[in-house]
Amino acid sequence: MATAGRAFLILAFAVALYGIGASLYGWRRGERAWVDSGRRAVYAIAGVLTLAFAILEAAFLRSDFSFNVVATHSSTTTPAFYKATAAWSSQEGSLLLWVWLLSLWSSLVLALTRRRLREIAPVATAVLLGFAAFFLALTVFFANPFETLAPTMVPSEGAGLNPLLRHPSMMFHPPMLYSGYTLFSIPFAFAIGALVTRRLSAEWIQGTRRFALAAWLCLGIGIVLGARWSYTELGWGGFWAWDPVENASLMPWLTGTAFIHSIMIQEKRGMLKVWNASLVLATGTLAILGTFLVRSGILDSIHAFGASTLGVPFLTLIGAMVLGSVGLVVARRADLRSEHALDSLLSREAIFLLQNVVLVGLCFVIFWGTFFPLISEAATGTRASVGPPWFDRYTVPLALALVALAGIGPLVPWRRVTVANLRRSFAFPVGAALGALVALSLVSGVTSEPKALTLLCGVAFVLACVGQEVWRGTRARRAVSREPAPVALVTLVRRNRRRYGGYLVHVGVAVLLLGVAASTSFQHAKDVSLKPGQSARVDGFTIRYVRATADAGAERIALGAVLDVSKGGRHVTTLRTTRGFYPSQDESLGIVGRFFGGESESQVGLRAGFGRDIWTVINPNLGPLTPIIDQGNRTFRRAMLSIAASGKPNPRALDELFALRDAAVTAVARRFVTTPWPASFRFIVSPLATWIWIGALIAFLGGLIALWPAPATARRRVTAGYAARVARELAGSSSSPAA
Amino acid sequence: VELLIVLAVVLVVAALVTGPLRARARGEAGEAGGRDAGRSVELADLEAAKEAKYREIRDAELDYRTGKLSEEDWRALDGGLRAEAVALLRRADRLRDRGEPVG
Repeated sequence: MATAGRAFLILAFAVALYGIGASLYGWRRGERAWVDSGRRAVYAIAGVLTLAFAILEAAFLRSDFSFNVVATHSSTTTPAFYKATAAWSSQEGSLLLWVWLLSLWSSLVLALTRRRLREIAPVATAVLLGFAAFFLALTVFFANPFETLAPTMVPSEGAGLNPLLRHPSMMFHPPMLYSGYTLFSIPFAFAIGALVTRRLSAEWIQGTRRFALAAWLCLGIGIVLGARWSYTELGWGGFWAWDPVENASLMPWLTGTAFIHSIMIQEKRGMLKVWNASLVLATGTLAILGTFLVRSGILDSIHAFGASTLGVPFLTLIGAMVLGSVGLVVARRADLRSEHALDSLLSREAIFLLQNVVLVGLCFVIFWGTFFPLISEAATGTRASVGPPWFDRYTVPLALALVALAGIGPLVPWRRVTVANLRRSFAFPVGAALGALVALSLVSGVTSEPKALTLLCGVAFVLACVGQEVWRGTRARRAVSREPAPVALVTLVRRNRRRYGGYLVHVGVAVLLLGVAASTSFQHAKDVSLKPGQSARVDGFTIRYVRATADAGAERIALGAVLDVSKGGRHVTTLRTTRGFYPSQDESLGIVGRFFGGESESQVGLRAGFGRDIWTVINPNLGPLTPIIDQGNRTFRRAMLSIAASGKPNPRALDELFALRDAAVTAVARRFVTTPWPASFRFIVSPLATWIWIGALIAFLGGLIALWPAPATARRRVTAGYAARVARELAGSSSSPAA
Repeated sequence: VELLIVLAVVLVVAALVTGPLRARARGEAGEAGGRDAGRSVELADLEAAKEAKYREIRDAELDYRTGKLSEEDWRALDGGLRAEAVALLRRADRLRDRGEPVG
């Protein structure tokens, strides 16, 4: 079915080009039939790419090695779960995933807005189809996922999936990131449409707000899954390394966060139109930049499996997006004038604006640090890079400011606030922060980390702010409805999903930062070499290397350890960690050696708890095995040569030889257990690390609440009251005060 | 078989994409154009502004009830917002009644 797959890609590319032309022609001539035809082109591409992706997935699941991409990224021994995910571990498959997701989201937004945004939608359709055409051109001309091997070249076994990608997070991490990137293309496209057509009212924002929020949510989930993968798979004990590809996903998330806040100001007050247009255009461009960084290999990254040579087409697209965006905003500056001025520096608008500046500043710092190797190379000819300490120096103060603003924002009303109201709103949260300061100062060692201490107090402030808001809202609701408190709370949230969903996101982010601050500032780490029976002490815990383990399976050889963790003589937990070695296709490593010389990955031993995580990873030293492996290589090479010298190889003899080889490999691996030697371990005790993941879950729940549409009947009921009041006003005199 | 599948998909795509053009050629009712289209765009803008205004009125009331606004401030703010909402409704009514775009 490779031919059909390729034909579908070409068909989709042709339909995308047609759709661009039809949409723009229909828009220019005011002919709805052509506009509708352009919109249907998007639906058609979604359908065709669904078929193409299904063909590729089927090839992976069937281990059809006539597909080059399957032969190089999967194997018969790869578990089915990872075969399904291997499609997007390849350059070709991930580009297809990108454009497929884009076509699905584009179809959704165009179906939802088919009776609205009449002027903007055709231009937005053309922009979305332009993205689709670009990625389809890449898959058709540069990275064809349906490229096949000549029948004589089809291997009996594939190279297998990169071991680092054999992690449950990898099933969802790339699709979530790509969903975030492609969803951000939607507000980007509609912003372009609004600018081109000069329809710059709040309508396009209302039409695409949920897509911006969904993009923020998906990208956030993708980032957190990547952090979790780093924590449990990469074997260094951290969750964020300021790696270029990590940074590339964080940058559009930050500007997207700023956009989600600042569009509220445009929606309500008609302000910040230039800022919002610039933010969403920057976010869309950063989303493409993120895809480019993971796919280009232009910067050194742990994501080196994504390296390729697609730099020139991507840079051309990014250049066009930047120049086009700047040109459009400049050309439309007269139409983007604010309808109102800022009433007061003590208003929610002003706090949002300040928060936006901090978020964009944070994005700029990360951008500078990420691209510093390229900047330094261009300026000095020498490629220099900056590490985590550099990022921490600038991002921590900005993160502290963000935490403070996350608490202040919900307490300040729109337009203006009086000093008396400020005092009433801030008394409890400030008291909570001071209380936290006093309590934490009493905990040994906390005052030695002033930044972490400040952040923890900031977290207490945010939790108190949001808690007070929810409590006051529930109380107000109860005063009107006389409902029991839980019912009043649920009703309050249901009727104000955006507000209280947003507050919950603030809580989640604060809790996440609590985990980050505590686990990084107060963690205890130790690298030791232990033999079975020996122990090490870390942060009061005694960790004993009980015994070595070895498991020689068809897919990999796992050498590991069982460790007993105790404190004060009491057993706390048992940890198991392994290092898995995957067979290499490199024949120079020898018949036995290739089973130990290929790619490897770590399975960490982790005991997660609300108070602290106890984390360990083993790095088994293969040095003592080398003489045995070399001897095995020589023996089997002689046996192979003797079989080859006999003229026509006897298949039965070869089968027996391979069985002997497998037994020898297993025996070599067993040596790690029967005559164990010292292995290297990294032990880490991280306080409150689990709260990183709990905080992320809370934030995503808040995002879902804010995103979830209220049932139409409930929405009508909520607005009906206000509409009735305004209608009464309309019937009477518009100058009479509110009742 | 593969070729037939591809051919079938091409035909389905062509039928889907050209559907609106064929419908127009058959003379089926199309979209309102010209002045009507302009008015519907204006109305959509006003509808969006009205929804935003209602939301602002609701948020101001919630701010008052949760103690972030004094009663005096809220009454002044609420009155102003409702006046703005009334102006939007009047513009929309004029647009519907006169059947022409308003500036």
